[in-house]
Amino acid sequence: MSPPLLEIDDLTVHFPSAAGPVRAVDGLSLSLERGQTLGVVGESGSGKTVTFLAAMRLLERSRPEIHGRILLDGVDVLTLPAREMREIRGPRIGMIFQDPLSALHPLLRVGDQIAETVRAHRDVGRRDAWAQSVAALAQVGIPNADERARQYPHQLSGGMRQRVMIAMALILEPDLLIADAPTTALDTTVEAQILGIIDDLRTRLGIGVVLVSHSLATVADVADTVAVMYAGRAVERGPCQAVFAHPSHPYTWGLLDTVPALGAERSRLVPIPGSPPSLIDPPPGCRFAPRCAYRFDACTRHLPELVERGGGHADACVLPVPGRGARRNRLEPPGEEAAA
Amino acid sequence: MGRYILRRLMWTVVVVIIVTLITFVIFYVLPSGDPALRFAGKEPTAQVLAQVRTDLGLNHSVAVEYLLYLKRLFLGDRYGWPGLGFSYSSGAAIAPQLWQRAQITIQLVLGAAVLWMLIGIPVGVYSALRPRSRFDRASLFVGLVFISTPVFWLGLLMLWLFSSTLGWLQGTGYVAFTTDPVQWAAHMLMPWITLSLAFAAIYARIVRSNMLDTLGEDYIRTARAKGLPERRIVTRHALRASLVPIVTLLAVDIATLVGGTVIVETVFNLQGLGSWVLYGALNQDLPVTLAVTLVATVAVCLLSLVADILYAYMDPRVRPE
Ligand SMILES: Nc1ncnc2c1ncn2[C@@H]1O[C@H](COP(=O)(O)OP(=O)(O)OP(=O)(O)O)[C@@H](O)[C@H]1O
Ligand SMILES: [Mg+2]
Repeated sequence: MSPPLLEIDDLTVHFPSAAGPVRAVDGLSLSLERGQTLGVVGESGSGKTVTFLAAMRLLERSRPEIHGRILLDGVDVLTLPAREMREIRGPRIGMIFQDPLSALHPLLRVGDQIAETVRAHRDVGRRDAWAQSVAALAQVGIPNADERARQYPHQLSGGMRQRVMIAMALILEPDLLIADAPTTALDTTVEAQILGIIDDLRTRLGIGVVLVSHSLATVADVADTVAVMYAGRAVERGPCQAVFAHPSHPYTWGLLDTVPALGAERSRLVPIPGSPPSLIDPPPGCRFAPRCAYRFDACTRHLPELVERGGGHADACVLPVPGRGARRNRLEPPGEEAAA
Repeated sequence: MGRYILRRLMWTVVVVIIVTLITFVIFYVLPSGDPALRFAGKEPTAQVLAQVRTDLGLNHSVAVEYLLYLKRLFLGDRYGWPGLGFSYSSGAAIAPQLWQRAQITIQLVLGAAVLWMLIGIPVGVYSALRPRSRFDRASLFVGLVFISTPVFWLGLLMLWLFSSTLGWLQGTGYVAFTTDPVQWAAHMLMPWITLSLAFAAIYARIVRSNMLDTLGEDYIRTARAKGLPERRIVTRHALRASLVPIVTLLAVDIATLVGGTVIVETVFNLQGLGSWVLYGALNQDLPVTLAVTLVATVAVCLLSLVADILYAYMDPRVRPE
């Protein structure tokens, strides 16, 4: 069997700070198959961005201490020399970011920003690169791509800018697209459009997609598998359907409770009480224990590892199964609820 | 765009009127005595004094004199246009001498500006790429030395070292480029260096901090994420954005120096605008003072216009649609 497209194995990213190392990512494992979408969900500060910047080796300026392996097609990118890494960024992995306005260079025409990506990796002329750039813009649904290519980022709407980012990330036909919260800065209509475009391109190009988001609802429609992150660790992961239908970690329950469901009473929108723990001095045992309504002694004694519960569905919770079952009855996947 | 430039040029006229008026008022209000007395010889009779006043054009009230000055300035006088009159002390027409001296000063200032940009930008970029490195700290230290060294002392030191002691460079004075290009350069080099060192140090620090800010921007991360070579990220992406604010600064600094190179011109015996305005002020030579003030004012206005146009050229966000 060929290795997964992306496999993150026991990744640890610690940033040095005066008060001690900041454990932004602390023993994270994930994997993604070619042609699939992995939804990565978690609260702000849970280490989502850091994880994938580490995969792109874009954290080096902050001098973090990184352990573990990040395998792209079986090759550990963390050990590659800088020159080979540069050949991964663009041709193998494309990445788009949260705020497309600040992610695009304000002084360069968007067409040029895409064209230079082509020219950095392929031996093509100026005109050829420009033509490819215009074609890529058209492919992500930008009308008058010809004209738009000559504009600057500030002249485009938020949705258009994110389309430019997608075109730029995919122009070299990479195997993997990392979309780091690509719709956070956009309104819901545009969000749906952007997610539609990404999913479309995934099917058409057969690429793997990592879709990072704050909310499970965003990834629900497009993800094949989901990983829920909390304080630098994966607390639950599995097939999207299974995680929605049978969420098994109390943190995931909490995340689902914050999903506004159509026709539901407002009181269903319950935010998770408390706030994420310190990453410098995390609580003993389960990181979520201090906020968990179901915790008991064992929770604060040791740090639970992800345990497979069947069907590729795993969680990192020591809660006895009956408790999990009782909770499950209260939850239905948001899709079914909307239909009811 | 054309209308914008036209409006700015009209403002330049307004600024010229205001600045010359202030110069006029200061000249008359300052308790320095009657300029006519200086030029009328020893113990002049009332008649001679009146004659001198008429010759110098001082026989009216300040207001009338000023209006006459403006009229000559804008319509021309017997020496041509613009009417700048003649020097009280030498009696010679201002205009020809002004052009000649302006040429020297402009060469001095532009040469120095090129030099300080050539030093400041690479040093700033390199410091930003390796903040707190040995190079960064050394350049900060050397820069502080240059900034805090008095210019006249630096100039004298250079003369002593390179001219008197080592004999590598010519001493003082000016040789026109058209006369002898090599001698021209040999004479200008020390004034250029003297004038530019402090600016080079300041510009290096500004470029460094702009670069550091820019390198932390999201779009630099994007440039890395698409696998651009580091060289291109630094030059095309980071440096470009870092230099935009430098344009305005450069224009202001060059303009300020047009009337402000007194010390360097004096030390190196260059007959430019700076030494002339000092002469004008010390000798109550109003037309000289006014002429240099005028050139400096126009320089400030025009250069800031050029800077604004360049800024719009470099930053599409401030371009008029
Ligand atoms: N360069 C850095 N130096 C020190 N700490 C950092 C650095 N980058 C990130 N962190 C810390 O790592 C933690 C995780 O940050 P990260 O940006 O990955 O969160 P996130 O899950 O992407 O959040 P969000 O949803 O807000 O984007 C945060 O506490 C953050 O402060
Ligand atoms: Mg993030």
